[in-house]
Amino acid sequence: MKKYRINPDNGLEFGIYTLGDHLPNPHTSERISNQQRINEIIEFAQLAEQAGIDFFSVGESHQDYFTTQAHSVVLGAIAQATEKIKIASSSTIISTLDPVRVYEDFSTIDLISDGRTEIIAGRASRVGNFELLGYSLRDYEALYEEKFDLLQLINENEVVNWEGEYRAPLRDAKVIPRPKEGWLPIWRAVGGPPGSAMKAGRAGVPMFLATLGGPATSFKHSIDVYREAAANNGHNPDDLPVATAGLFNVAETTQKAMQEVYPHINEGMKLTNGQGFSKQHFAQGADKRDVLNVGSPQEIIEKILYQHELFGHQRYIAQMDFGGVTLDQLKEKVEMIGSEIMPAIKKYTSKRAED
Amino acid sequence: MKVVTLSGSIVGSKTRTAIDYTVQSLKEKYPKHTVTLVDLADYDIHFSDGRNYLDYEGDTKYVTQTIMNADAIIFGTPIFQASIPATLKNIFDLLPVDALRDKVVSMLATAGSSKHFLTPEHHLKPILGYMKAQVVQSYVFIEEKDFDQKKIINDDVYFRIDRLVEDTVILADTYQKIKEEDDKKYDF
Repeated sequence: MKKYRINPDNGLEFGIYTLGDHLPNPHTSERISNQQRINEIIEFAQLAEQAGIDFFSVGESHQDYFTTQAHSVVLGAIAQATEKIKIASSSTIISTLDPVRVYEDFSTIDLISDGRTEIIAGRASRVGNFELLGYSLRDYEALYEEKFDLLQLINENEVVNWEGEYRAPLRDAKVIPRPKEGWLPIWRAVGGPPGSAMKAGRAGVPMFLATLGGPATSFKHSIDVYREAAANNGHNPDDLPVATAGLFNVAETTQKAMQEVYPHINEGMKLTNGQGFSKQHFAQGADKRDVLNVGSPQEIIEKILYQHELFGHQRYIAQMDFGGVTLDQLKEKVEMIGSEIMPAIKKYTSKRAED
Repeated sequence: MKVVTLSGSIVGSKTRTAIDYTVQSLKEKYPKHTVTLVDLADYDIHFSDGRNYLDYEGDTKYVTQTIMNADAIIFGTPIFQASIPATLKNIFDLLPVDALRDKVVSMLATAGSSKHFLTPEHHLKPILGYMKAQVVQSYVFIEEKDFDQKKIINDDVYFRIDRLVEDTVILADTYQKIKEEDDKKYDF
């Protein structure tokens, strides 16, 4: 775990992620400018750091209603604007990028941030990037596997010899600058059926699991098969961190938390996915057994601890800005995370708690 | 309410003929509802490659979006090789898994002979159910002998289509009321 800059003795890490969506506020139907949204994302990262949150990450989606297509540039700005919070991509769509260029960018961000940077590499759930960046969706799987492997190879070796199908060969290629410790934590983003989790396990790379809704027990299955696949392939699961990512909202009461966030999620999903979030499913999300972390601070603490008991994961990251949530609202909520939620979670999950 | 009638094949005339009468019946009985006819023969549609339907362009995007925006859909289909045509299956493949959630859907099938009567029941209904549609249980099945020169020549077929139209709209109206009532119980 130390290799991935995670100390399990300190308890479950709490992070925040944004997809960099740029959606109207459903209550006012107004949308802030691109510039304001990007600046607010940087400020959001600063607020998270001030509240003592462990981690902040930004994703890329290349289509309407998103604004952090150049997510590494935004992360560069965040690296400069913060001092101690860990920063990462969520996710970098490695399939349609050049792993050499990605490594150069993230090593640089790591140097600017003084060793706080990580990469979460994914395959894209929104696929606008394929056509835009000159790739075919037919190669969806193959592109990801080949480029993820190359990224790993570059991470392990400063000088790379490589040949593949989707990029020109590399002959004694020197990939510089190197990150501060010479190496970056690189995670595999996993969603959907357990097949992808098994691949991550076989490769022995840490896993970031998307848990957008539904019973926590159904996600436990992906985590179990991940660890099993790792063990069967000569990796020690105890060395491999697991993180989960999901929707989050906190307010004084669970009722208020549900009321506040539903229109943002529902209207936002209609625009980005073409379908809203069913009210029936959302209502079930309030149940302690569901992974949707929406509720009062106490409710959320109980849910996250329940998930931790099931998953034994090392990091949870919350998506709380989706669908035009205002920065003022986020300020209040980040404050609640820092003052109420995190202390309780750390208390119950850190090594000291077990002694 | 938005009703979409879809003719699911790019060849032949029987399904389109039956769907044309379905549209006429809908418009006469329910002039306030918006009726949109989608005949797959009029569009150039991609094979599904797994992307979200919003990421397609042109005809593919128009047709999928029209279906997604509908409150009720009447799917008209011929029977090819004892099943639905690939063109219609492709429409389902283009849509998200629960695309028909909160929609009332009914079926109209045309076929060469009565041998295929259970094909909609066995091949189409399970797909609609999987995609979470509220399915009108009875469907209209029309044989070759009921058509002549692109016209329906069996009066019973008109009566059956009229009943299908009524059943579809009554169920859709009722479902919307149920949905409104149900939504009230959630305070978000």
